[in-house]
Amino acid sequence: MSELETLERTLLADIDAAGDEGSIEAVRVGALGKKGSVSELLKTLGTMTPEERQTRGAQINALKNTVADAITARKSALKDQAIAERLARETVDISLPVRSSPAERGRIHPISQIVDEITAIFGDMGFSIAEGPDIETDYYNFTALNFPEGHPAREMHDTFFFNEDEKGERKVLRTHTSPVQVRTMEAQDPPIRIIIPGKTYRQDSDATHSPMFHQVEGLVVDKSANVANMRWVLEEFCKAFFEVDQVTMRFRPSFFPFTEPSFEVDIQCDRSGPIVKFGEGTDWMEILGCGMVHPNVLRSGGLDPDEYQGFAWGMGLDRIAMLKYGMPDLRDFFNADVRWMNHYGFRPLDMPTLFGGLSA
Amino acid sequence: MKFTLSWLKDHLETDASLDEICARLTMIGLEVEDVDDKAAFKPFVIAKVVSAEQHPNADKLRVLMVDTGSGAPVQVVCGAPNARAGLVGAFAAPGTYVPGIDATLSVGNIRGVESRGMMCSEKELEISDDHNGIIDLPADAPVGTSYAAYAGLDDPMIEINLTPNRPDCTSVYGIARDLAASGLGTLKTRAAPSFSVEGETTAKLTIDLGEDRHLCPGFSLRLVRGVKNGPSPKWMQQRLLSIGLRPINALVDITNYMTFDQGRPMHVFDAAKVKGNLTVRRAKEGETVLALDQREYKLGPNNVVISDEKSIESIGGIMGGEHSGCDENTTDVLIESALWDPMNIAKSGRTLGIITDARYRFERGADPEYMVPGLERTTELVLELCGGKPAKAEVVGYAGYSPKIVDFPMSEVKRLTGLEVSSEESVTILKKLGFGVEGSGDRVNVSVPSWRPDVDGKADLVEEVMRIHGVDNIVAAPLPRHGTVNGKILTTLQIRTRLAKRALASRGMLEAVTWSFISEDHAKLFGGGAPALKLANPIAADMSDMRPSLLPGLLTAAQRNADKGFGDVALFEVSGTYEGDGPDQQRRVAGGVRRGTASLNGAGRLWSNAAKGGGKQVDVFDAKADAIAVLEACGVPMGNIQFEAGGPAWYHPGRSGTIKLGPKIVLGSFGEFHPKTLEALDVSGALCGFEIYVDAMPEPKKKATRTKPALDLSPFQAVKRDFAFVVDKGVEAGAILRAASGADRKLVTSVSVFDVFEGASLGEGKKSIAIEVTIQPVERTLTDEDFEALTAKIVANVTKTTGGVLRA
Repeated sequence: MSELETLERTLLADIDAAGDEGSIEAVRVGALGKKGSVSELLKTLGTMTPEERQTRGAQINALKNTVADAITARKSALKDQAIAERLARETVDISLPVRSSPAERGRIHPISQIVDEITAIFGDMGFSIAEGPDIETDYYNFTALNFPEGHPAREMHDTFFFNEDEKGERKVLRTHTSPVQVRTMEAQDPPIRIIIPGKTYRQDSDATHSPMFHQVEGLVVDKSANVANMRWVLEEFCKAFFEVDQVTMRFRPSFFPFTEPSFEVDIQCDRSGPIVKFGEGTDWMEILGCGMVHPNVLRSGGLDPDEYQGFAWGMGLDRIAMLKYGMPDLRDFFNADVRWMNHYGFRPLDMPTLFGGLSA
Repeated sequence: MKFTLSWLKDHLETDASLDEICARLTMIGLEVEDVDDKAAFKPFVIAKVVSAEQHPNADKLRVLMVDTGSGAPVQVVCGAPNARAGLVGAFAAPGTYVPGIDATLSVGNIRGVESRGMMCSEKELEISDDHNGIIDLPADAPVGTSYAAYAGLDDPMIEINLTPNRPDCTSVYGIARDLAASGLGTLKTRAAPSFSVEGETTAKLTIDLGEDRHLCPGFSLRLVRGVKNGPSPKWMQQRLLSIGLRPINALVDITNYMTFDQGRPMHVFDAAKVKGNLTVRRAKEGETVLALDQREYKLGPNNVVISDEKSIESIGGIMGGEHSGCDENTTDVLIESALWDPMNIAKSGRTLGIITDARYRFERGADPEYMVPGLERTTELVLELCGGKPAKAEVVGYAGYSPKIVDFPMSEVKRLTGLEVSSEESVTILKKLGFGVEGSGDRVNVSVPSWRPDVDGKADLVEEVMRIHGVDNIVAAPLPRHGTVNGKILTTLQIRTRLAKRALASRGMLEAVTWSFISEDHAKLFGGGAPALKLANPIAADMSDMRPSLLPGLLTAAQRNADKGFGDVALFEVSGTYEGDGPDQQRRVAGGVRRGTASLNGAGRLWSNAAKGGGKQVDVFDAKADAIAVLEACGVPMGNIQFEAGGPAWYHPGRSGTIKLGPKIVLGSFGEFHPKTLEALDVSGALCGFEIYVDAMPEPKKKATRTKPALDLSPFQAVKRDFAFVVDKGVEAGAILRAASGADRKLVTSVSVFDVFEGASLGEGKKSIAIEVTIQPVERTLTDEDFEALTAKIVANVTKTTGGVLRA
C-alpha cells in the first residue's frame, strides 16, 4: 500500500468517525487546512518534474478531491442529523386542545338575527328601517290609530299603563309597533316605505305569549299602493324569509281598527310533523295581519286619504323566529340561559345577506 | 259565536255542503275556528235488548242479546242496573271509538263470557254526565237507525271567530244574510208575528238618566199573563246544548235562543216579583245586586241598572237579577227588549268582571231597529211555548234610526284593492247585505243599515264589496321600485346598534334579551325608580319599573346561569334603557357583563392558560376592553376619548372608569361592581361590566369624497426605546403615556405600557411603569444627538407632569 493510499484511508476513517461539526472541522483542518496533511502534499507539486506531476500529482489531487467530497458529505449528513434531532426534540402532542375563537363562542340572539334577515329582504325592496319609543302616549298607541276612546279593541290589547301624571294623562307601554306609522307620517312626506321592528308589551304570559315580545311592521304610503301590491310584497317576503321557492298564501277579510279593508293572512304549510314546513302541505297557519291604512290613520299622519293611500302589515317577530328556527317556547327568549343562547343563537359572522343567503 | 248547520238552514235556503259553507264563511271574513261534524256519533245505532240473563260468574253483570237491526242478535255483557229485556238504547259495535271512556271497543271477554259491543250511557257518549244507567229510549225508537239522528245529535256545530266590528254576525240570521249575499243560498224571511194584545203592561218604565240618555237609547217591555213555564221543547234544548248552553226553562231558553238566533239579547222578569214600576238609572255607590249567576255584585254610578220600587232587578244589558228571575212557578212574565250604550256596557262588564252573551252583543252594538221586532218575536215564542195573554207593549225613549249616508265613488274598489268589480255587481252586493243604494253611475249614495254600526266611510264599503266578491280574486302585483339605489336603509344609530352586537358577539359574548321592566329595588340601585317610570299594572311585583340600566338584568341573568352550573358567562345586550317617559329619554345602550373566568381569551382551566392567557378571573380591564371594542366598532374616533377614574355608584369606586368625549359627553362606564350592589342584587362571583351609550356617539363626519388620503410611508426605519419611571402609586399610567406622546407629536407614533411593578425596592407608595416608545423618523434618519434630545424631552415631559423619575 502506498503512502498516499494509507493517508487516504486514515483520513476517510477520521471523517467517518467525526460525530459532530467540530470534529469534522478538525479533520478538515488536519487534511485541507494550511498545514494539513493533504495541503502539505499539494505543496510538493511545485518541486516535481512534469513526469512526476503526471502521475503522483494526479494522485495527490485525486486524494484532495476524495477527502474534500467526503468532508462535505459528512458535514451535510451531520447537519441533517442535527436538524432531525432538533425536530424530534421539539415535537409536541398536537392532540392537545386549543381555545376556540371568540367569534366562534359568541352568539347573536335570534331576534337580532331575524331583524337582520328582514332588513336584508326589505332593504332590497327599497324599504328603510324606522323605530319609535317603547313608552308611548295613549294618542299614538290608540287614538291616532283609530281606536275610539273606550273601544273594546283597546281592551283586547291588555295594555300596560303608567300612573297618571299631573295632567291626568297616562302613558302606556306600546302594545304594538304601529305608533311608529303615525310618527313616521308626521315626520316624512310620502312615498313612505318603512319596516318597523321593535319591542312591544302586553299583559299576557304563556308558551306563546310574553309580557314583552317583538313585532315587525311594514308601511307603504304613496298615491297608488293597493291590496294587490301588498299581496305581492308579502308573498315575496314569505318566500325569501322562509327560504322556499313557492308559498301559497290565503288572505282572509278580518278587522283591525287601523286598517280598512283588513286581512289576516294564512300561509300554507305542512304541520303533520314536529316542525312546520312551508312551501308544502295542506294546512293553513295564520302568520300576519294587514290591510289598507285606515283613512283616519292617514289623517292622523296629516295626509289626505283621497290623495294618499297605502298598506300596512304586522307580525310577531318572535313568532316567525319560532316558526323558522323551531324554538318551542317564547318565554325562553328572555331567560338568557346560556344553553338556549348557544343552541338557538347565531354566530356573529353568520350575517344574513341576499348574496350569501339569509341563513347558513 | 257558535251555531249548528240545521239552525243556519232555518235562515238560509242552500244546497251547499258543510265544507263549502265553512270555506265560504272564512273567506268572507267570518273565520271558522272549529267545526264538529258529529261524525263521532255515526257508529252508534238504536238497538233493542232481546233478552237479559244473569252473568254466570258475576253478580252485577248481565248477559244481553241485542238486536242491532242487522243480522242475528249479538251478545253483550253489561253492568248497567237498568239493563233489561225490552230496553231500547244506543249500541256501539266493536271497532267503535267511545268518547266518554276514550277507548276503541274490541271483542271482549268479561269473566269468561264473550261481549261483542256495548250498550252506552249518556256519559259514555259525552251527551251528559248521566252514568246511572244505559240510555233508555221510548219503545218505538227505530231499531237499526242512527241514534244521533234520532236524538238530534247529528247536527254539525260551527264556531266562528267573530271580529269585534261585526255585531250583525252575533246572530245566526246575520251569518245567513252574509252567506246569502256571497251567493251561497237564499235568505229566508219570516212573516211578522201576529197576535192580539189585551190590556196594558201594568209595570210602567221610566228612564231616569238625566242628560245621559245615550246610556239607554230605548226600552220596550211587555207583560204576558198566565204563562205556563216548563221545560222548553226538545228542538230548542238541543240547539242550546249544541252551542254549550244549559237549558233552564222555556222562558229563559227563549231569551237565550233569541240572543243567538237574532243577536237580540232579551230579559224576562217574573212580574209577580217586581214591585211597582221599573226605572232605568245609574246605580248608587255601593248598591248591590244578587245576579243570576248567584254572585253578589257591588255596583256604582257607572253601572246602569233596572230597578223596581224596592231594589235593583237587573244590571242593564249585562245580567239579570236572581230575585225576579223566572222559574216554573212564574205565571206572569215581563219581557224586556232594550238598547244600551256599547261603551258603557263594555266598561261595566269589564269592571264587574261579567262576561255574558248579552254583554258580548251590546258592547258591539245591537241593532236598534230590531228592539221592538225582537220583543214581538219573543212574545210570539212565549205564546207558542208557554201560552198566556200578551198585553200592549210599553216602548220608551226610542228615537228611531236615521241611517248614515256614504258618498261612494265605486272606483274606490279598484283604487284600494286593485280589483275590477263592475258597478252593477257592487250595487248588488251592497243591496244583498242590506245597504240602500241611491243614484246611478260611478258615484252613488249608500245608506248603512241599522245592524252595521261598523260601517262609516268609503273604505268600509270597499271592504264589503271586496270580501263578498272574493279576496282570492286579487292578483299579486309587484310594488314598483323607486330609483333610490343609494338610499340609506339604516340610520347611524341602527348601524351602530348592529355593529355593537356583532362586535361583542365576536368577542365571545352571548347576546341576551332581558326584560325592559325590573323590580323597584333593582331600578333604584342603578339610579332608576322614578314615579313616571313605574307601571300602574305590572304583570309581577318584580317587573314594575322601567330599567335605568341593562346591568341589573344582565347581572341577575349571569347569576341564574351560575346557579345552574354555568359560572363563566359573558353576556351582552344592546337595547333600550329609560331615563324618563318621553321619546327622547329612551337611551340606546350596549352593555355587557363577564363573570368568573369568561375573558376574551377563554374561560376555565386549560393546559395553555399559563403560556397563552385565559382562565383568569375577569376584572375591570376585561370590561374596559369590551367597552373600547364597542366604541371602535361604531367608528368613534378614539383619539379624543378620555378615561376618567371612577364610575357611577354601582361600580367599585377604585376599579371603574368613565368614558368621555370632551368634558360633557359621557359615552359610558365600565368596571368591577360595588360589593353592596352585588349583595343587594343577590349575585356573587368575579364580575365586571360596562355600558356604552350608543346614542351619545357623535354622528360620523360627512366626507366630501370616498377616496382615502394618500398613504405616506416613511422610508426610514422606526426605532423602539424603553423607559421605566418610578412614580407615586396614585399617578395614572395614562398621564405618563400622554406626557411621552406629547414630547414630539410628529416623531412619537405610539407609546405602550409593557410593565407595571410595585415592590419594596422602589420605596413606600411608589410604583414603576415601563413604557415602550415607538419613534418614526419622518424626514431623515435620526442621529445619536437627535435621539438624545428626544429621549431627554420624553423624560422631562413625564417628570414634569407626573413627578416620575427615570428608573436607574
